[in-house]
Amino acid sequence: MNPRITFATGARVLTQLRRDHRTVVMLLVLPSVILGLMCWIYSDIPGRFDQIGPRMLGLMPFVVMFIVTSVATLRERRTGTLERLLTTPMNKLDLLLGYGFAFGLVAIVQAGIATGLTMTWYGVDAETRGGWAMFLTASTVAVFGAAAGLFASAFARTEFQAVQLMPAFVLPQFLLCGLLVPREQLNSTLNAISDFLPLSYAVDAMAESVERGGLTGQIGRDLAIIGGSAFLALAAGAATLSRQSA
Amino acid sequence: MMNSAVVMRDLSVTRGGRRVLTVDGLDVAAGSITGLLGPSGCGKTTLMRTIVGVQRFAGSVSVLGLPAGSSELRHRVGYVTQAPSVYGDLTVAENVRYFGAMVGAGADAASAALAAVDLTDLAGRRAEQLSGGQRARVSLAAALVGRPALLVLDEPTVGLDPLLRRRLWEFFAELAAGGTTLLVSSHVMDEAEHCDRLIFLREGAVLAADTREGMLAGTGTTSAEDAFLAMLGEQVAA
Repeated sequence: MNPRITFATGARVLTQLRRDHRTVVMLLVLPSVILGLMCWIYSDIPGRFDQIGPRMLGLMPFVVMFIVTSVATLRERRTGTLERLLTTPMNKLDLLLGYGFAFGLVAIVQAGIATGLTMTWYGVDAETRGGWAMFLTASTVAVFGAAAGLFASAFARTEFQAVQLMPAFVLPQFLLCGLLVPREQLNSTLNAISDFLPLSYAVDAMAESVERGGLTGQIGRDLAIIGGSAFLALAAGAATLSRQSA
Repeated sequence: MMNSAVVMRDLSVTRGGRRVLTVDGLDVAAGSITGLLGPSGCGKTTLMRTIVGVQRFAGSVSVLGLPAGSSELRHRVGYVTQAPSVYGDLTVAENVRYFGAMVGAGADAASAALAAVDLTDLAGRRAEQLSGGQRARVSLAAALVGRPALLVLDEPTVGLDPLLRRRLWEFFAELAAGGTTLLVSSHVMDEAEHCDRLIFLREGAVLAADTREGMLAGTGTTSAEDAFLAMLGEQVAA
């Protein structure tokens, strides 16, 4: 690994992103708009959005970051730039961390906007310290989404496949994470499966942030699990990047 | 004895159960321009990929005294693929600076590389706005920026106007005079006139490898194309 190469790669990805205004706007605004819509449809049911909104905020960054990073790395594979980079002194981890650094930065801004709006305009009352816990959770989930997208791109040969991977990775987690049916009410098989899905912990951490109004030990454990999953996804992603091919 | 930058022995490359390249023995002379010539699909790119370390192969390939694919070689070998591999959404200068950063080359080296391929005027343009030939030169500059000891160029002059092609060959000759080894592929036999040495490749096998003069004298011909056909005739007859 080489910090100069990692940094140059992160800066390069950010420059590319900056040129793509529509993507930047969608990255930063889309999660907040969806949350706003959700807040609106629940506006006549008191207390409902307070419950479901933050949980949703725990899932949204994953979806957005997953799509963007999986397509970005697929593009790198298909245009020949990946093969070219692998003939240079760049380490595979330099590439992944460079991407992680660039999209992680965007993810943190995205999480800041979505959390800020949820706590103010959308009216979720979680006190300031709860807000920080939500922001931290959303950021961690976003970084995990970026790492998972990098890993998943290895399984896609075309853009069609890359886009289809998103529901394949996300929808099962969405169904089992406790958003629709609380996890403790799931039958034992589904409950056991949900224990293995990282986004379950994102939803748990969000719920805890609002209910306890601060950063608790349980949130710390949840975030460690999500962060660990991000690390595993990065390591697995590095394993799928092979310098030599047949 | 020839000083070799690349030494291949008993090389074979198999793809999808089919052998696509077989080389019993082949050397690339250091500090010279070697032309890798042959029709499209004959294995030129596979041979080049083997040298730069991105192709799986069986046999022994040594590059600058190290086994092909060694991590030390990544500083010293520059590779330009046939399809320009640069970032379309970055400017010309950003592309060259980024690939320069991979090998520790600074902004000065990037400017020099751009000047060498005559792209200084287009430095601020995005690569996707350029013509195919211009993009190919960005791709070349991105390999030159690290001043590699061995430059492997896959069809670098395709689609360039004749004046520019001449200038590029002159530049390659300067590099070779300075000690750089160049391996340049082409499916256009006329390009041979710019090369010190030639390798003829056909259907995944080496037809002949010699100095250009040696090749022409040996076949009693005056052009690479005739030499290629003469070699082919010998092979068919044998």
